Amino acid sequence: MKTSANKPPEPPRWARNLLHWYCRPDLLEDLEGDLNEYFERNLKTKGARRARLIYVLDALKFFRPYTVRKPEFLNLLIHWLMLGSYFKTSRRSLVRNKLFSAINIIGLAVSMSVGLLVVAFLSDLFSYDRFHEKKNRTYRLLTHTESDDKTVMNFASTSLKAGYKIQETIAGVEDVTLIRRGFYSDAKVSDETIVPLEATWADPSFFKVFTFPMLKGDPATALKEPYSLVITEKTARKLFGEAEALGKTVRFDTLNYTVTGVLKDLPKLSHIRFEALISLVSMLGQKADSDGGVMDWSNIYQNYVYLTLPENANLKGIQAGLDKLSAAENTRLEHQKITLSLQPMDKIVFGERLSNEIGVNIPKPVAWVLIGLALVVIVSACFNYTNLSIARSMRRSREVGVRKIVGALKGHVLGQFLAESVIISLLALVLSFPLFLVLRTQFLALIPQEGLVSLELSPQLFLYFFILAVVVGLTAGFVPALFFARIKAIQVLKDASSIKVFRHVSMRKALLVIQYTFSLIFISTTLIGYRQYRGFLSFDLGFTTENILNIRMQGNKSNLLKKELAEIPAVRQIATSRMITSLGSLYGTNLKYQAKGTPDSANVWLNFVDENYLPLHRHHLIAGTNFKNRPTSGNETEVIVNEQLLKRFRITTGNPAEAIGKQVIVDKKPLTIVGVLKDFHYGTMDHKIEPTVFRYSAEEPGGYLNVGIKSEDYPAALASIEAVWRKFDKVHPLNAAFYDEQIEEAYRQFEVMVKVIGFITFLAICIASMGLFGMVVFTTETRLKEISIRKVLGASEVGLIFMLSKGFLFLLVIATLIALPVTYLFFDQVVLTKFVYHHPIGMSELLLSVVVIMLIAFFMIGSQTLKAARSNPANVLKSE
Amino acid sequence: MKGTNLGEFEELVLLTIAALINDAYSVAICDELEKYTGRAAKLGVVHAVLNRLEEKGLVKSRMGEATQARGGKRKRYYEVTHAGKVALTRSKEVREALWRIIPGFNLEGSV
Repeated sequence: MKTSANKPPEPPRWARNLLHWYCRPDLLEDLEGDLNEYFERNLKTKGARRARLIYVLDALKFFRPYTVRKPEFLNLLIHWLMLGSYFKTSRRSLVRNKLFSAINIIGLAVSMSVGLLVVAFLSDLFSYDRFHEKKNRTYRLLTHTESDDKTVMNFASTSLKAGYKIQETIAGVEDVTLIRRGFYSDAKVSDETIVPLEATWADPSFFKVFTFPMLKGDPATALKEPYSLVITEKTARKLFGEAEALGKTVRFDTLNYTVTGVLKDLPKLSHIRFEALISLVSMLGQKADSDGGVMDWSNIYQNYVYLTLPENANLKGIQAGLDKLSAAENTRLEHQKITLSLQPMDKIVFGERLSNEIGVNIPKPVAWVLIGLALVVIVSACFNYTNLSIARSMRRSREVGVRKIVGALKGHVLGQFLAESVIISLLALVLSFPLFLVLRTQFLALIPQEGLVSLELSPQLFLYFFILAVVVGLTAGFVPALFFARIKAIQVLKDASSIKVFRHVSMRKALLVIQYTFSLIFISTTLIGYRQYRGFLSFDLGFTTENILNIRMQGNKSNLLKKELAEIPAVRQIATSRMITSLGSLYGTNLKYQAKGTPDSANVWLNFVDENYLPLHRHHLIAGTNFKNRPTSGNETEVIVNEQLLKRFRITTGNPAEAIGKQVIVDKKPLTIVGVLKDFHYGTMDHKIEPTVFRYSAEEPGGYLNVGIKSEDYPAALASIEAVWRKFDKVHPLNAAFYDEQIEEAYRQFEVMVKVIGFITFLAICIASMGLFGMVVFTTETRLKEISIRKVLGASEVGLIFMLSKGFLFLLVIATLIALPVTYLFFDQVVLTKFVYHHPIGMSELLLSVVVIMLIAFFMIGSQTLKAARSNPANVLKSE
Repeated sequence: MKGTNLGEFEELVLLTIAALINDAYSVAICDELEKYTGRAAKLGVVHAVLNRLEEKGLVKSRMGEATQARGGKRKRYYEVTHAGKVALTRSKEVREALWRIIPGFNLEGSV
């Protein structure tokens, strides 16, 4: 055993402090004594390490109800009495150190404005659907499908059959309502007013489940009769102006609907949104629905079922009922299994990602990223506060000393400095509020989903803001307050410089390094992200998108329009297509190929185009020709495929020309391959190029006209096209967009991301720079005498600047060494793996970000150190 | 007052205090218990029991003198009160009464 000639080992201090903190004073001495006795004993028998461990464990084990002390109200009372004094001293110290107060308050204000934005955003997300009276017991029916190859899909939609069956078979369900989406038609009120309208079918219990107040009409019967129409106030104004809407007739296509109710406009934060409701029975009455078995168990794509349960419902029992129901129905299904589950209404907006969402849904990662970014910026500003307060503690240590001698306890000093930081943080909150208002408009403009959040101010929101400010204040002030609380009064008053201000140097350095690491990560992320985003836009898709205007046909036949458009001089060429590729939408079908006896079939992507489509987009045919057989409807015989398709079905191995004339079966139609296209991007950059076919179709009322424009004067060309359109379709306004712009739109989420991160980067760099600036000012100030003496002894200015800045530069280098590899790996291993096609990460972006950060930092450090190095030593030394 | 019935461990602790006479403080009680019962007595548990016994009024305590040994902390000495003695005696009587009515008691095998 080791006999310790030097100091004997002691029990761990923190454990003892913990005991002191929680234990009742009358028990403390005895307990601590026991722990000490055991510790001494264990020291001899088990060694120092085990003894310490046992001490810690025992100290923790003593934590029992009877040992814990009651809170002392007297202390709190003293805090309250002293608040006036704290406030006064805080104000004085703020005014005395203007630069540092400014750095602290501005930094906190700027970062907090982002925090406020995130708080407002989250508060909106969590207040979705709160206006429903039965919100806590309303559920949505989710559908999960599992196919033979084990692919599982989760749908927000379900089958009508499920809805009806639940009503019939499952006990303990209060109300069930069935909703169906997909009614788009033109509402004709009179010959003059024809308004395109998007409506939702709903059954009579709709108003039992949801709380949408009805201004006119009877909620109980409004959706009962076939061809009943319930509209919102806004829609009523659109259709009838100021006239009474109830009881009026609206004509859709060939059928008359009667307005049976007018609803108050929907609250902004409702995940279900509609312009009008149509009674579900009207839809079921129309037999000639293209959608064959509306009531099929597997028809799960357009219908939604919501239900309310009684209070304290037996969820497990209902789930069991659902399982039983699906098990019974699944016996009639081949290749697929469908199961049902319930989703509480408050999990709809901010929950798991589902296919066929009916309305608003925020993916959780987006929210987490926003919270994370705001946190980083706020924490960075807190670091500044912590750093500067500790660095400048010498100035205030005397005040603390006097307070302690007069009778302040540790807790009081702690409270004082926490109160001070909270006051500063509240000041910052006041400043940050206008910033928040500015940010809010910017942010609302940036969100792709319109009306997703309103970010309206409310008393509740102000409460959240206040809480945020207090939390920020406590976080920022905690370490400095602890530092001041530990100051020993006598020592300070005897010799203020004896305080070990520099004891916390390594912590402060670490904080600076963290700030700069984040700044660097942000800036390089922004640069790389921007570069990748530009890369997506300029990526060679395999065909051209330049000067092509895509016009949505909105149900019109194209013959006439084509003829008239062709007469516009600016129009070069006109093509027809069912969909626009490379924008992210996919349109798939099944293709069969019989290769020497073994039939093979797979999913392929598809587009219907006319003969002008390929030349207009300059698709590259590597074998064969364009469509030769051009039937006006139906009897197509030809198909054009891409290289991937040949590879997938092993139609040819080498020469693509061999594929010409081979027959494939698409949607049960035998078609002959007449052309082979060079591979092109059918989907977005996150999709691999997969087998794709083009089929012929001369007429696409649901599709697009692709108009090649040759003029340089786009506005004029657009105006003349719009004039033609207006003659042609009086109901729908022209819906046209340039292909290039559509592609930009398809990648808009990345633009938004780059903008958001770019903005946060700017803030992070500002805050970090302010912090660095403060530290440099402080260091040079405290070392002014040293510098003067060095100068007198003959040090050169350059030498002095180097001496003063090398410490900071070293920290920046460490930050760089951490940040760059992290960013690179993050993009290389996480982000860009999601994109099959992308540009490589350029070293130039990484280097550029380092250069930018370094330049700013050099400027901060250089200006101050130069000032110090140039000061006249005589002036500095004289004043002593 | 809470129930005056003694739990098994409470009874053991109480007996130990009585046995240690003037030297009954927490660590000594732990050691003694360990010596006689052969099972490890945890400090936290013993403290909790001592606290409970004092609440029940079965023991009383006083602080001793400070010594060098425990980091300068004083010991808390315990002493069985009259109520404690009564409780101990009663529980002993109950046992003996029960023992007396067992006709013959044969320990088979080893203890």
